[in-house]
Amino acid sequence: MNEKPDSRILAFDGVSLTYHTKEGETLAVKDLSFTVREGEFMAVIGPSGCGKTTVLSLAAGLLAPSSGTIAVRGKSASESAGKFGYMLQKDELFPWRTIQKNIVLPLEISRKNTAENREKALGLAKKYGLGDFLSYYPDQLSGGMRQRAALIRTLAPDPEILLLDEPFSALDYQTRLSVCNDVYGIIRGEKKTALLVTHDISEAISLADRILVLSKRPATAVAMHEIGFEDLTPLKRRENPLFSVWFEKLWKELNI
Amino acid sequence: MKKQNFSGEHLAYLKKEKKNSIIVWAARAGVLAVILGVWELIAAFEIVDPFIISSPSRIAKMIGQLWENGTLFYHIGTTLWETLVGFAIAVILGSLIALALWWSERARKILEPYIVVLNSLPKIALGPVIIIWFGTGSTAIVFMTVLVGIIVAVMNMLGGFMATDKNKITLLRSMGASKAQILRKLVIPSALPEFIGMLKICVGMAWIGSIMGEYIVSKAGLGYLIVYGGQVFRLDLVMAATFILCVLAAGMYFLVVLAEKIVIKHPR
Repeated sequence: MNEKPDSRILAFDGVSLTYHTKEGETLAVKDLSFTVREGEFMAVIGPSGCGKTTVLSLAAGLLAPSSGTIAVRGKSASESAGKFGYMLQKDELFPWRTIQKNIVLPLEISRKNTAENREKALGLAKKYGLGDFLSYYPDQLSGGMRQRAALIRTLAPDPEILLLDEPFSALDYQTRLSVCNDVYGIIRGEKKTALLVTHDISEAISLADRILVLSKRPATAVAMHEIGFEDLTPLKRRENPLFSVWFEKLWKELNI
Repeated sequence: MKKQNFSGEHLAYLKKEKKNSIIVWAARAGVLAVILGVWELIAAFEIVDPFIISSPSRIAKMIGQLWENGTLFYHIGTTLWETLVGFAIAVILGSLIALALWWSERARKILEPYIVVLNSLPKIALGPVIIIWFGTGSTAIVFMTVLVGIIVAVMNMLGGFMATDKNKITLLRSMGASKAQILRKLVIPSALPEFIGMLKICVGMAWIGSIMGEYIVSKAGLGYLIVYGGQVFRLDLVMAATFILCVLAAGMYFLVVLAEKIVIKHPR
């Protein structure tokens, strides 16, 4: 357990969030504290509707906490809005842009659309097998390829942390296993820090170094587990005997 | 896919499709020929007085006459000009207003009841007001055309802008996009199909506006010919102008369809 301040890239400290609508107010997140360390893959699981996506929106600076602080490398999260790579359930590729144009979109937004950055992003696309599809439109690609393109787009601006919001849930089961493997490989290959939220326990175990378990709404931390599979790929992890042990344990925690 | 790769079954399928499309086109032409033929015969044998129903040959002759005395293109030009100017203003101004309403939720809420009322109001009720304000020239007719089209343009475009995928907006915001960037990179391009749809509706609206305007007040144009022909009981003139109108309206619609094919390139 290395918890030196400089290795903590993202820190939630006593974070609460209340949503306000005309009908009333809802406490979505309550007194949540955790840290994400540099280079690790962390998963957040919780029962559906517990506010997992809210946690990511908070981390990305899209929402401001009602109380508590969120720090990114010691600075407030709202200052670092746009520095995170956010990947959603669906690929959200723009159908009127080619894959190449989709991948450089974050560069256009952050006005870092230099030849050098473009080269880097497209190099990444080529490295991970999208080289032949750069001039295709998203609708001409399979679901797995589209999700891969979405990941490359997320990586294009060289983000500090990847925030993954159930990125495989829109895919069919077969594709899901292979894309999961794919994404793991790419994120490890690029040595990125990642924070994944999911309701799928096996997905969390097959991807993460650490798993944070959230309670029902209002979401708060129930447990934090060090999975300890080291560098096993998701598919190898699923074959490991410890996999079902973890599954059982987390499943029970979710159902408390 | 290359043509030589097709199997025999597929070639047969293509042949059948081609045959089907030939049948449809032939039937379309046939329907027109039958209508014109029956019409001509009814008039020729005076089953119904051709003075009342006119006939295809009399319409053709009337168009020929208009062409000879040099007023054909004057009338077409007048109406076409009024329609196109009104159409362009309604589309451009309507889209800009829709953009402003997308931008400001408050403006949207404030103006909503006014838009609903203006949409329900029969624009022809404003006829006298328009004559008094804009006189009896082309300006009044263009104004009527704009009035008929603009609310439809605003409502369609606003609907398109508001239907922008929320997740894609979240995605752009997570990249640190400003509202102007979200508008430029996402909202406008994603509303392109709605824009084309709105153009198609506005083509119809513009013709309604210009002809309605010419009915109320005009000295030239196809609407003028129709009203004048009706007043002096020259059905040939009424039918001829109506026929020309059909051709022009269809032509304008197909131009929009052509624009759609050029603008929307990505497969759906």
